[in-house]
Amino acid sequence: MNYQLLLPETFLFLWAILIFVVDFFRKEKKYNLAYLALLGLIITIILVVISQKGDLFGGMFHGDSFATFFNLIFLITGFLTILSSVEYTKKLSSYPGEYFGLILLSMVGMMFLASAGELLTLYVSLELTTIPLFVLAAYRKDDFKSSEAGLKYLILGGMSSALLLFGISLIFGLTGTTFLKEIKTVLIVKYLATGEIGPALILSFIFMIAGLGFKLALVPFHMWVPDVYEGAPTPITAFLSVASKAAGIAAFLRIFFRAFLIFQVDWVLLIAVLASLAMIIGNIIALLQTNIKRMLAYSSIAQIGYIMIGVVSASATGVSSVAFYTFVYMFANMGAFITAITFSNSTGSDEIKDYAGLSRRSPALAAMMAVFMLSLVGIPPLAGFMGKYYLFSSAIEQGYIWLVVVAILTSVISLYYYLGVVRQMYFQNSIDENPQAITVSPALRTALIISVIGVLLFGIFPHIFLNLANQAAMVFLY
Amino acid sequence: MNFPILSLMTFIPLLGMVVILFTKEGQDKLVRYLAAFFTFIPLVLSFILLSRYQGSTSQIQFVEKFDWIPSLGITYFMGADGLSVPMLFLTALLGFLSVIYSFGDIKEKVKQYFAFLLLLEVGMMGVFSALDFFLFYIFWEIVLVPMYFLIGIWGHGRKEYSAIKFFLYTLFGSLFMLIGILALYFNVEPHTLNIMVLIEKTPLLTRSFQLLTFAAFFVAFAVKVPIFPFHTWLPDAHVDAPTAVSVILAGILLKMGTYGFLRISYPMFPQGAMYFAIPIAILALINIVYGALVCMAQKDLKKMIAYSSVSHMGYCMLGIAAVTVTGISGCVFQMVSHGLITGALFLLVGVLYERAHTREIGAFGGLWIKLPVYSGLMILFCLGSLGLPGMSGFISEFMVFIGSYPAFKVIVPLAVIGVVITAAYFLRMIQAMFLGTFNTKWEGLSEISAREIFTVVPLAILMIGIGVFPSPLANMIKATVENIVHLAVR
Repeated sequence: MNYQLLLPETFLFLWAILIFVVDFFRKEKKYNLAYLALLGLIITIILVVISQKGDLFGGMFHGDSFATFFNLIFLITGFLTILSSVEYTKKLSSYPGEYFGLILLSMVGMMFLASAGELLTLYVSLELTTIPLFVLAAYRKDDFKSSEAGLKYLILGGMSSALLLFGISLIFGLTGTTFLKEIKTVLIVKYLATGEIGPALILSFIFMIAGLGFKLALVPFHMWVPDVYEGAPTPITAFLSVASKAAGIAAFLRIFFRAFLIFQVDWVLLIAVLASLAMIIGNIIALLQTNIKRMLAYSSIAQIGYIMIGVVSASATGVSSVAFYTFVYMFANMGAFITAITFSNSTGSDEIKDYAGLSRRSPALAAMMAVFMLSLVGIPPLAGFMGKYYLFSSAIEQGYIWLVVVAILTSVISLYYYLGVVRQMYFQNSIDENPQAITVSPALRTALIISVIGVLLFGIFPHIFLNLANQAAMVFLY
Repeated sequence: MNFPILSLMTFIPLLGMVVILFTKEGQDKLVRYLAAFFTFIPLVLSFILLSRYQGSTSQIQFVEKFDWIPSLGITYFMGADGLSVPMLFLTALLGFLSVIYSFGDIKEKVKQYFAFLLLLEVGMMGVFSALDFFLFYIFWEIVLVPMYFLIGIWGHGRKEYSAIKFFLYTLFGSLFMLIGILALYFNVEPHTLNIMVLIEKTPLLTRSFQLLTFAAFFVAFAVKVPIFPFHTWLPDAHVDAPTAVSVILAGILLKMGTYGFLRISYPMFPQGAMYFAIPIAILALINIVYGALVCMAQKDLKKMIAYSSVSHMGYCMLGIAAVTVTGISGCVFQMVSHGLITGALFLLVGVLYERAHTREIGAFGGLWIKLPVYSGLMILFCLGSLGLPGMSGFISEFMVFIGSYPAFKVIVPLAVIGVVITAAYFLRMIQAMFLGTFNTKWEGLSEISAREIFTVVPLAILMIGIGVFPSPLANMIKATVENIVHLAVR
């Protein structure tokens, strides 16, 4: 057995424990533990990049290119999240150390999730991912909205896990195994013998889609999103909207593409309908939002709809486009949230109307926000366009033109609210006569620059990551 | 590897934008000269382009081609033929002149303004030289962003409304084009985004596929032209935009639509061209007559000229719909001529608005007495626009009518009514503003400045030049237009 495959995960786990321990023993809260967490993440990124490929524990754990790709997404998101938390945690009344430890623990869960080849491993990893997030969502203890967010997230998260688990138990009952590869074989043998797949399997698809749908915030499982996103500390909201979703997507692809791709006629249409609902409802409700966090929450619901287009394609191009889109979505969405964090650190406001005149106050910040917004709409040559182009091409390749038509019509709707922020920043004058420039701390500046470079660079030179995404998709081909 | 003249013309303004963004805040004068410099180079290059272009062949010239994103079949492929060369020249010319004009009337956020104006030129140059669909689409969309900001920040009136309306309409249209592009990509073996290769292969596709894809592209181009009923963004955007941006909008952006029809729709989908000939001709007729009638009703000078664009672009569409060599040549002539004339008219409206702060036709009267030079120029271009013989507008409209009459024996005579109405509203406007008794309220108006004259004189020279000697332009586009017709009637 090649235990080296587990090196990145083990290392990150130990580093999280290290942060808890250091936090426990340090007397003066002079040093910010964020930098320790960042160091750990950089090392983990290096470990992931140089990691070997192979399977472990008889296929429970896959160290493959798919896992590597998603691990990079989790780690970069985590890196940006922690960078943007440096200032934010200074305002927290208590436990600033645990905050970073919990983020790292959640990421360990995500990394295992992306590598899982067996349903129970997947389930436990999912729990490891979400439980720290429940705590983190409620981290602003003195704030009513934050506590509400934590509680809502806990209850609905628990329920969705139960749904998923119920789906898994049905599968286990039908096939007698929890290994995805074996499930596929057993189901094919059964299907060849009887000629039908039976209602129990369909039922388990529905339960698993519902369970994962809550994690992904697919419509109609999205009700928790706006409140949790608004109430949680903003860096955690950013983390939820990118890393947690990417983890859900990774789990979804692992289960459905590894075990059930052969039965795609039985679930693809359902996903297509859910994807269109997400795009339509997410975008339309986002139009009405006046709070930037709520607006981004609904926009992220719509974005998951776009991502699901690639899942519907149920092809190698589809998986590759999902992976690539998630990657570029990360930069734009993190960038938007980091701008919101920067803005609210300075002004204490999350209202879109308070962004008025930002182009005067802080031209660079406003310009970057405009770039993130335009990338989320999918305006070339930004990365978001490249991602959407790739998603649409995967769907058209498989003949889902109607789905692409829904996607483009809703993209036009989304233009209106994304540009609503730009409109405030550029066309309106701020209410203050002499507004001060927004102060951008070095950590936030670094995070913003990383995001904006990602958005600009991978729109024009997407080549390297397109190839990595293609390799990641190859995992599901056999 | 040849001298990459098209890439230079496209990306030198981008370099200019970056340079301008790195200047210090408040150095408005420097920024203005930089902008002029970085639009002057493409203008010089465009003269080289004109002189080096071989008009005897329809072959693509000045080709630059290399792999860009090989895994998706995307190449960087630039080239120019008789259709794009005049448009590239017009873009370079109007780009430079609008920068010069903006010296005077933009006083706020000068740096951002010129940065956006240069970015706009990048997109327009790119559209007219890209021959890979992906590249074409990118440039097509890049245009929207600076235009949105230019209207929204430096515009007048309901500028925010107009800016977002422009963006929403065009994005709506162009996303249909994106579907069309992807559908083409997957239906042609081997998969390719090369427009020239696709033109060879698409006629082999099924009729229903050709019609559907034609329709998808039609939406994108029709919004840009704009063809009735997609035209409602135009009066808002043109009127509320700052002068130089109106010039670019009317002079270049509208031509992107007709260029798209001639470059893509017609050569690529002969079935669609045939099937939709009558509907498009009818829409063109509506554009011509309805646009002209709406002009009659306008009290605002700028709005009248905006609607006259709707009417004039109708002639272009009529010429295209007929798919004859004369008709399409007329269309290309009209694209150039309308760019020159309407560009100049918007500049002159801007000149007056800057001084009088109103654009109401009825508010003026007898201006000729006070402002002889200004009035002379304005009347010259109005006459050009209404199609007076000896100027470029006459040539193009004449060619359009001659070329399309054999195809549409009922529609063309009806369209001629548009010419009469056009003459009516322009003459009425001239009478109301420049003739009659002088309104003493405007005693303080100053005459057009030397810099402003400088921006319109080149346009006047070209307008009359093409009107008197149309053959240089005709020779340049002849082979290409013949090739388009040849491809579109397969």
